[in-house]
Amino acid sequence: MQVPAHFEYERATSVDHALALLAKWGSEARVVAGGHSLIPMMKLRLARPEALVDINDLEELAYVRLDGDALAVGAMTRHADLLASPLVGEHYPIFHEAERVIADPVVRNRGTVGGSLCQADPSEDLSAAFAAVGAAAVIRGPDGTRQVPVREFHTGPYETVVAPGELLVEVVVPVRPGGWRDPVQGAQRRDRFEAATGGISERSERGWQGPGGGSAYEKVERRVGDWAVAAAGAAVWLDGDTIGDAGIGLTAVGAAHFHAPEAERFLRGSPATDAVLAEAGRIAAEHCEPVADQRGPADYKKHLAGELTTRALARAVKRARGEA
Amino acid sequence: MTTVEQPPIGFGRMHRKEDARFVRGRGTYVDDVVLPGMLYGAVLRSPFAHARIVSIDTAAAQAHPRVKAVITGQTLEGLKLAWMPTLSQDTQAVLATDKVRFQGQEVAFVVAEDRYAARDALELIDVEYEPLPAVVDARRALDPDAPVIRDDKEGQADNHIFDWGAGDEAATDAVFASAEVVVAQDVLYPRVHPAPLETCGAVADFDAVTGKLTIWCNTQAPHAHRTVYALVAGLPEHKIRVISPDVGGGFGNKVPIYPGYVCAIVGSIVTGKPVKWMEDRSENLMSTGFARDYHMRGEVAATRDGRIRALRVKVVADHGAFNGTAQPTKFPAGFFHVFTGSYDVEAAYCGVTGVYTNKAPGGVAYACSFRITEAAYLIERMIDVLAYDLDMDPAQLRMKNLLKPEQFPYPSPTGWEYDSGDYPRALSLALEMAGYEELRAEQAARRASGSDGPLMGIGISFFTEAVGAGPRKHMDILGLGMADGAELRVHPTGKAVLRISVQSQGQGHETTYAQIVAEELGIPPDDVDVVHGDTDQTPFGLGTYGSRSTPVSGAATAVVARKVRERARQVASAMLEVDPGDLEWEKGRWYVRGDQGQGRTIQEIALAAHSSLELPDGVEGHLDATTVYNPPNLTFPFGAYICVVDVDPGTGQVKVRRFVAVDDCGVRINPMIVEGQVHGGLADGIGMALMELIAFDEDGNCLGASFMDYLLPTSMECPSWELGETVTPSPHHPIGAKGVGESATVGSPAAVVNAVMDALKPYGVRHADMPLTPAHVWRAIQGRPLRTDLAIT
Amino acid sequence: MKITVTVNGDERTADVEPRLLLVHFLRDTLGLTGTHWGCDTSNCGVCVVWLDGKPVKSCTVLAVMADGHTVRTVEGLADGATLDPVQQGFVRCHGLQCGFCTPGMMMTARWLLDHNPDPSEDEIREAISGQACRCTGYENIVRSVRWAASHEREVAPR
Repeated sequence: MQVPAHFEYERATSVDHALALLAKWGSEARVVAGGHSLIPMMKLRLARPEALVDINDLEELAYVRLDGDALAVGAMTRHADLLASPLVGEHYPIFHEAERVIADPVVRNRGTVGGSLCQADPSEDLSAAFAAVGAAAVIRGPDGTRQVPVREFHTGPYETVVAPGELLVEVVVPVRPGGWRDPVQGAQRRDRFEAATGGISERSERGWQGPGGGSAYEKVERRVGDWAVAAAGAAVWLDGDTIGDAGIGLTAVGAAHFHAPEAERFLRGSPATDAVLAEAGRIAAEHCEPVADQRGPADYKKHLAGELTTRALARAVKRARGEA
Repeated sequence: MTTVEQPPIGFGRMHRKEDARFVRGRGTYVDDVVLPGMLYGAVLRSPFAHARIVSIDTAAAQAHPRVKAVITGQTLEGLKLAWMPTLSQDTQAVLATDKVRFQGQEVAFVVAEDRYAARDALELIDVEYEPLPAVVDARRALDPDAPVIRDDKEGQADNHIFDWGAGDEAATDAVFASAEVVVAQDVLYPRVHPAPLETCGAVADFDAVTGKLTIWCNTQAPHAHRTVYALVAGLPEHKIRVISPDVGGGFGNKVPIYPGYVCAIVGSIVTGKPVKWMEDRSENLMSTGFARDYHMRGEVAATRDGRIRALRVKVVADHGAFNGTAQPTKFPAGFFHVFTGSYDVEAAYCGVTGVYTNKAPGGVAYACSFRITEAAYLIERMIDVLAYDLDMDPAQLRMKNLLKPEQFPYPSPTGWEYDSGDYPRALSLALEMAGYEELRAEQAARRASGSDGPLMGIGISFFTEAVGAGPRKHMDILGLGMADGAELRVHPTGKAVLRISVQSQGQGHETTYAQIVAEELGIPPDDVDVVHGDTDQTPFGLGTYGSRSTPVSGAATAVVARKVRERARQVASAMLEVDPGDLEWEKGRWYVRGDQGQGRTIQEIALAAHSSLELPDGVEGHLDATTVYNPPNLTFPFGAYICVVDVDPGTGQVKVRRFVAVDDCGVRINPMIVEGQVHGGLADGIGMALMELIAFDEDGNCLGASFMDYLLPTSMECPSWELGETVTPSPHHPIGAKGVGESATVGSPAAVVNAVMDALKPYGVRHADMPLTPAHVWRAIQGRPLRTDLAIT
Repeated sequence: MKITVTVNGDERTADVEPRLLLVHFLRDTLGLTGTHWGCDTSNCGVCVVWLDGKPVKSCTVLAVMADGHTVRTVEGLADGATLDPVQQGFVRCHGLQCGFCTPGMMMTARWLLDHNPDPSEDEIREAISGQACRCTGYENIVRSVRWAASHEREVAPR
């Protein structure tokens, strides 16, 4: 089988240690987290770092928690843990839906949120999901910590703003009124939330939801576990029947920064009707420049960009209305 | 649930004997073989599809401290091994000398102390290439301006390999000329790959002192390999031992001899050490036996009321850069000429043209029964095309044209004699199991409702297989007749050892062959050890592919067991002091006719056969026999499959909702194993119909060279299979069995494609080629289907 | 570099190159050949073992990354001569043919049952969806896992 070329191996024991190791090796070093993108590329000898800095022992970066009014996801959070997190499902079902279609369950046991973002594959799912919800990347370097919106994180295929010597440590997602929770997740958290909010929520037969917000992810793949042919993530916040705010992320369709700002602008202040959502999809697709490959021709991918945007928006709206 | 408490003495459900080691991780696959001092080989491959080799510089690789040898085509030329014969009487470069002719072709071989060093050393070899234009599109391979790929061959001025036809062309044309209805359709069966999860590999160990060469190799045909090595390398055949250990799936991928095996042998001879070579996955997908790549044009002549009168087919067969297909010599298109399938037609003709392209060699593999996959797919697609044009129900159209039970044995218009069948019964059962009428009603209701939900499609295929190659007067590979030997020895205590020529790649031979012996002799299957896969230990035979094990070697086993039973009768007659003619057999025992209490068990007879018991003149004693089974005809398994799909018109995604499979493979030795074989083949059908594909871009770059690109179906795409069976024994097989290994792979792709086409019928879609990926389905709905053998642009 | 990995309960120490893949460490260094490899891209899943109690694809983990951690392979599934119910299920329900994907499938199945003692057919299918089988069409693998689940609940509660 294919095997990597020689490299030196360093194991970081803390974030500070990791930064020191990265400083020591400079641009010849690569950080390895789950390794499920990097190691295959090294086996193909498309990547030949001189040194690998292994951050798998950095338990301090493996968490999903509420930090004030933001959902904080540590960079070393495994995909499986993001998928299993009730907190994530409560606020942003888009992440559960995206995670459910990232690679396969065994790969998700190893692959990490930070690794996926930093690999910056143009077909990567979480990049679109984080772009949709307006998340920010927290990057640490020798000079301290900086935050970069995920919508500005990617500078090109396989390229990000993370400089040599820096480490992505966390992704923060603002939690806004209108978080929604999955009825399947059970009554426990509902009760907890109601206790915390004084029971402002409504109950419905289908479950329970807070007012106003919803999110969803739609992906077409040739087969389970494949990279996206195209995928769209959407988050909406309703103000009555009007769309107060919306976020749209797209992957694999040549959307700059995995993002559809024109469609978002169109949606803000528009009524949440089928026609409006369809038009938003059309606008999103119009600004995509997909490339043909064996997953599909460009016209199809462009079509999917619109179709999946509309579908994701429709489900997000339903959730925001507590209808799904 | 297939659970069995008490194993049967003979046929029936029984847990597999081989599983005890497999579930403990104690199987021995070729990469598990480790010999003292063993070295590791790696192959340097061409990045170009077509290029002249200007120079090869191996100095830096030779200088690598852990490298023991670097072998190039030049080295092999000195040994007269640079080229080797293929299984189709062509030649194939072992290591390229003049040109490279496909991407991934073998150029050099490094032998090093470990796998990692061998891989490193490949990067130190400097090859200068002069790229040439590549022939990628099979349909343009014979264009006058196409570059000539095989300029190594004397007198080869183009890319033509063969023209071959079967059937009566004039009679067929005459029917077409007078037909009420003629439908025609171009149908591509694209290039796919068997992709067994274990890649191909070998460990070669040449002992210079004894002159003995031992090759562990995961081959499906160890005896054929031994003979070919003897012919190629000039080594004496009795000094070659091929051991095929546990094999991690074959599906036809592991029939040919690959350059890597020859390189490992040369490496061992050169270094004096055992040499292991294992492909990586890309090497497997890029260079070893692919399957199909048949560009077909089918035509059907019929009456207006749907009676099929004649079939006409033209094929361009893409064989790649070397004609390396493995099939009986007389049949360069394999058994494709069984394309009239299960239907009663007046006349039929097929014409097949084989061409060279700048792609990997192969074509006959992936459970194809020597190209019956292509034939069955074509005819079943054409039936649905006819149904579409006549606006007839495809089930009714099939029922109307199926052969009737009283027509068997049926001489087909292309020269076959189908042994037995009851086709309407199988189709009726499948329709009943599926609830066909209800499904059609549901579909009609959904279409009438005008909802924008998923499109429902129902697809049928009916297939006739022709397996168990084959009668030696018609069938040989490289001159080796396709008969198989068997050898059975019953030890004094009544335990037996069966030695067979075929080799399991998961089919469970250690169990089913023991059951055949058990059925014939009454010895519990656990008391029968099955030895296979070692040419020093087993009789000659051509191996396991083309679903031939049960029809040929299974028959040999029954025959040899019956020979032993006859010997046992002689011994029993001496024990009981009665005339052999006065003895009657019941399972496991000879007894005196009219006095059932007077008898001897097979175990008692075995002991007596080895004792001092005086035997009549001419009875040798001991309890053993050998046989060679030369099948009188092929066997013809058949089946009826129904697939139900839901298609999302907005995305083109296909979800297989149900799959009903009724198989008739004659007598079932172990129904549990038969069902397992069918399950696997049905998954193949999902794979080929929906995702598996090796396409090439205009430069000849392989676009299916890893499991990220070559998609295997997972548990999520496969529904829970619904199986049914009918049993029509083969009249000429000793136990009435027909073989089933490839039936489902042959029969299932058409059912899936037909279901998707049925779903798209409201859009006016009559045909789209495999694989029906979401993109392709969506494009078909748009009226712009893709050409799937070329890169999507 | 020198690494120590606890494999099936035993501490195993070896001097390895940093680039050595975990699957090769298990197979070639330790001789535990029950774990197979089938692709280079972490798609096929025949190399699945447990790392720190979770199934991972060992062709995409470096041996050095397992230093100081625990690994469980198919060889660690049976309790002496007694097969794990998952192994029994695969035998009883014909969950394997060529046997090549089987160790990886069983490791995932064992993990699934440890976390979900009564998985539905869909849950089983999803759990093994990153592991290919070319022989069984998955049907009998699903049945094998279901058998093991019901056997554990009814006969041998764990």
